[in-house]
Amino acid sequence: MSTKGKVYGIISNLVIVRVDGPVAQNEICYIEAPDARLMAEVIKITGENAYVQVFESTRGLKIGSDVEFMGHMLEVTLGPGILSKNYDGLQNNLETMDGLFLRRGQYTAPLDEKAVWDYTPTASVGDRVTAGDWLGKVNENWIVHRIMVPFKMTGSYVVQWLAPAGSYTINEKIAELTDTEGNVYPVTMVQKWPAKWAITAYREKPRPFRIMETGVRVIDTFNPMAEGGTGFIPGPFGCGKTVLQHALAKQADADMIIMAACGERANEVVEIFAEFPKLIDPHTGRNLMERTTIICNTSNMPVSAREASVYTAMTLGEYYRNMGLKVLLLADSTSRWAQALREMSNRLEELPGADAFPMDLSAIISGFYARAGFVYLNNGQTGSVTFIGTVSPAGGNLKEPVTESTKKAARCFYALSQGRADSKRYPAIDPVDSYSKYLEYPEIQQYLNDRIAPDWIDRVSEGKTIVLRGKEANEQINILGDDGVPISYHDRFWKSELIDFVILQQDAFDATDALCPLERQKYMYDKILDLCHMEFSFDDFNVCAAFYKQIINICRQMNYTEFQGDAFRDYETQLEQLVQAQKAK
Amino acid sequence: MNTTAFQKIYTRLEAITKATVSLRAQGVSGEELAMVGDRLAQVVKIQGDLVTLQVFKGTEGLATNSEVAFYGEPPSLVVGDDLAGRFFDAYGHPIDKGPEIEGEKREIGGPSVNPFKRKQPSQFIPTGIAGIDLNNALVSGQKIPFFADPDQPYNQVMAMVALRAKADKIILGGMGLSNDDFLFFRNTFENAGALDRIVCFVNTTEDPAVERLLVPDMALTAAEYFAADKNENVLVLLTDMTLYADALSIVSNRMDQIPSKDSMPGSLYSDLAKIYEKAVQLPSGGSITIIAVTTLSGGDITHAVPDNTGYITEGQLFLRTDSTTGKVIIDPFRSLSRLKQLVIGKQTREDHPQVMNACIRLYADAANAKTKIENGFDLSDYDERTLQFAKDYSEKLLAIDINIDTVEMLDTAWTLFARYFSQPEVAIRQNLMDKYWKNN
Repeated sequence: MSTKGKVYGIISNLVIVRVDGPVAQNEICYIEAPDARLMAEVIKITGENAYVQVFESTRGLKIGSDVEFMGHMLEVTLGPGILSKNYDGLQNNLETMDGLFLRRGQYTAPLDEKAVWDYTPTASVGDRVTAGDWLGKVNENWIVHRIMVPFKMTGSYVVQWLAPAGSYTINEKIAELTDTEGNVYPVTMVQKWPAKWAITAYREKPRPFRIMETGVRVIDTFNPMAEGGTGFIPGPFGCGKTVLQHALAKQADADMIIMAACGERANEVVEIFAEFPKLIDPHTGRNLMERTTIICNTSNMPVSAREASVYTAMTLGEYYRNMGLKVLLLADSTSRWAQALREMSNRLEELPGADAFPMDLSAIISGFYARAGFVYLNNGQTGSVTFIGTVSPAGGNLKEPVTESTKKAARCFYALSQGRADSKRYPAIDPVDSYSKYLEYPEIQQYLNDRIAPDWIDRVSEGKTIVLRGKEANEQINILGDDGVPISYHDRFWKSELIDFVILQQDAFDATDALCPLERQKYMYDKILDLCHMEFSFDDFNVCAAFYKQIINICRQMNYTEFQGDAFRDYETQLEQLVQAQKAK
Repeated sequence: MNTTAFQKIYTRLEAITKATVSLRAQGVSGEELAMVGDRLAQVVKIQGDLVTLQVFKGTEGLATNSEVAFYGEPPSLVVGDDLAGRFFDAYGHPIDKGPEIEGEKREIGGPSVNPFKRKQPSQFIPTGIAGIDLNNALVSGQKIPFFADPDQPYNQVMAMVALRAKADKIILGGMGLSNDDFLFFRNTFENAGALDRIVCFVNTTEDPAVERLLVPDMALTAAEYFAADKNENVLVLLTDMTLYADALSIVSNRMDQIPSKDSMPGSLYSDLAKIYEKAVQLPSGGSITIIAVTTLSGGDITHAVPDNTGYITEGQLFLRTDSTTGKVIIDPFRSLSRLKQLVIGKQTREDHPQVMNACIRLYADAANAKTKIENGFDLSDYDERTLQFAKDYSEKLLAIDINIDTVEMLDTAWTLFARYFSQPEVAIRQNLMDKYWKNN
C-alpha cells in the first residue's frame, strides 16, 4: 500500500505534508486540490514532515488536503514518438492539452499510445543481452529508433522470444527476456527512467576526439566544439545568446537536437515552433523539425518544473545516444534553473551560499554537465550527447556563482562581450577571452589536421595571436594617438580587424552567411591569413585604414554570395587587383 | 467586498510586523483574501493552524484584537466591456465616482497561455519615433520596457507611443505614480479623445506601497479579457516597475526571506516574468503588448531590477540626453528590440536591417572619435566626418521628438551616408547601395 499524507503547511509552492508511512527523497506525490491533483516532489524529510515542491500553483490549497505518494522518482517516458514533440518540463505533451491557458493538474501522455510503428527485430532468440542492448528497431521520422533492453534491468538476460516484424503500438510486447533464475520479463517499446539519474548502459566513455561542425566560423575555426563535448555561453542580456543557440540548433551536424527552453521567454519557443518546420536541415535535406524535440518550461511556467526540465532533456538525450546517435542538447538558460534552486532553498530556510544560491550549486552543475559525453555502446557503436548551456550572469558579471561553477564543469567557454554587442559585432563571442579546451587535446588536434589541413592548429593559433596583437596595438593607438604610434601599429590593428570582420563576424539573419561549411571557412581563413602575411607600405594611417576598409568590404561581400559562384569570383578578382595595386606602391 | 453571513470572525492576532500579521485559524486556503480590521490582506504562509497574512495598507495602528474575516478566494477583478474608459484603484474599485462594474469575476494572476497555442508576434507597430521604428521596431505581442533615469520624460514618451500605436484598448497600470503624472496621463488621453479605450489601475505615491503588488495583475487580467474574449489588440503600460520591485523587497524582508542581489528577493526573476510573459499574440487575432518603465539609478543597468528585466523582456529602450545636441534620444547602443527581425525589411523597406546596422556602426565610430578628443588627440578626416554624421543622426533620427514614417527614416539615413561617407565606408550589401545610394 502506498504512503498517504495530509497537507500541514503551505509556503507558496513549498508544501509540508504529514505522512503516515515511509517516503523517499525525490519521491513523487500528488496533492488533492479542490479542482485538480497537483504533482509534487519530496525535497526534504524531517520526522513525519515531508517537504514537497509542487510543480504547479498552490493557490486555494487547504490544510488537511489528502496526499498520495507514488513510490517512484520523477520519471521520463522513453519510446518511439519523442522526436518533433513539444513537451513541458515534466514531459507533458503541450500539443494535446485543451484550452488556450495552461490548466493546473492537466497532465498529458508523453507518447501516443495508439500510434502504430513498423517494428523489425534485430536481435536473435538466444542472444545474451544486458540493459541498453538493441532488440529491434522502428523508423521514427528518418532516424532508426532502437528498441532496447530497459535500462532499469540490471544483470544479464537471454532473449527467449521476439515478436515477428510487423506493426505494433508502444505498449505491445515485442520481446521476452529470461534471467539466470529463469524468471521471464516481457519487454515493450516503452520504458521509464528517473530523470535525475544518468543512463550508463554503455561500455566506455572515451575523451572526445572529433569536432561537431556548427557552421559558425568563430566556433568551428577558432574554438571548436567536440562531439560529445560540453560548453557554455555566458553573456549579459542583449548580447545574442539566444540567436546563437538557435543558429546552433539549425546548423549543427547532429542527428537529433533537444532544446530545453528553461525559464526563458515563451516567444523564443514560439519562434522555433514557427520557423523550424519551414527550415531544411542542411546535413540531411530533411525538415528541421523532424530532428528536433523541445522541452519548454518558459519563465512564467511553474518554477519547480524548471529544474526538472533540464533533467528531462538530458535523459531524452542519453536515451537517443544509446541508439548510436549524435545528440546536441541546448539549454537556455541554466541560470534560471539555478535560480529555481535558489528560490526553493530560500523557502526551506537553508543557510545560503554566495548570492543566496544553495551551497551545493557547483556540485549540482558539474554533476549535470558530466552526463554529456561520447560513448562506445555495448555493441561497439558510438553515440554522443553534446551539451551547450547558456548562462545569464546577473549584471553581466562573470564572477557570479553560476558562471564560476559552470566554468569549472564545461570545456568550452564562449564569452559574449557587451562591447562587441554594443558595436553590433555579432556573434559577440569574445575572441580573446573565449576558449575551447578541446583544441589542446592531441586527439582533436590530429583530427583537425587530418580533416582540414596539416598545419591547421598552427594557423588557428597564429590567427588568435594576430587578433590579440591587434587589440594591443589598438590600445596603444588609443593611449598615444593616431600620430603618436608608427604606422605599423595601424597595420597590425587593421589586420586584426580584417579577421574580426570577415571571419569572426557572421550575419545569422543572412541566408548565405548564416551557415558557413568547414570547406568555406578554410578557404576564407586561408585567404585572410595570406593577407595578414603581406607587407604593405602606407604613406599615413588614413591611407592604411582606407585600404583595409576596402578589403573588408569586398571580403564581406564574398561572405554574402554563393561560395565559388560568379559574384564570389568577381569579388575575389577585385580583391586581388586591390592588393596588387597596393603592393606596387 | 462584503463579508458574508455565517463567517467565522477571528479576534486574536498572534504577531504583527510592519507588513504582516499572524493568527491561528482553520480551513484557510493558500493566497486567499481576508479583512484584517478595515484593511484588505492576503494569505502568504500557512503552517498547521498558524496563518500569516500580508496586509496591503500596512499594519500601523492595528491592534491584536482586530477582527479578521477570510473571504475564501484569491484577489479578483470583475471584467466586462464597461471597464473601458474607467479608473480604478489597486483593488479594482472605481475611483472615478462611476458605478461598480457588472460582469464576470475573474481571479487575477491566473495561469499562462500554453506556449504551443501562442502565435509568433508579427505586426509592426509604427510609432513615428525613428529611435524606435528604425533601430528598435516594436511588434504586437512584444514586451519591452523603457530604461530611464528618473529625470527622463519616460511617461511622456510612453503616452505618445501608446496613442500612436493604434491599439483597441490601452490599459495603464500605475505603480507609485505621482498624482501629477497620473493627471498628465488622464489629460493626454482625454485631449487625444482616447478616453473610451483607456482602462486605468492606479496606485499613486499617496497610497501604501504594498498595494502596488496588485496593480500589474489587475491590469493584465483586464487585458486578457479584451484580448482573449474580445480578440482586441491591447496595449498595457506599466509604470514604474522598479517601484513594484521595491514593494516586493519590502514584503520579502518582512517575511524574513534571505535577500539576494541588491536586497531584492531571490524570486525577483520569476515574479517579474509572471507579469511580462502575459504579453502574447493569440491565435484568434487578439494580442497583449506590454510597454513598461524601469527607472534606473544613475544609468546603472546592472542593478537587479533592470538586469532581471532585461533577461525577461524582448529588449529595452534606453532613454538618455545626448550631450552634443541636448536632445533626449533613444540610445542606439543600449537599446534593443528582440522582435524587430520579424518585421524589419519585411513590413518595412528591404534596406531597413542593413541601413540600421550601418548607422549604428558609424555612430560607434563617432563615439571612438569623441574618446580621442577627450584624450587630446588629433582627429583624422574620417573621425571628423563621423562626428558630423553623429550630430545629424542624433538630431534627425534618434531624438524622441521625431514623427516620420519608416521610408522617410531610411531615406534620411541614405542622405546622411552620401553626405559624409564613401560606399566602402558604409559597407553594406552592394545591391542595396546600387539601388538606394543618394548621388548628390
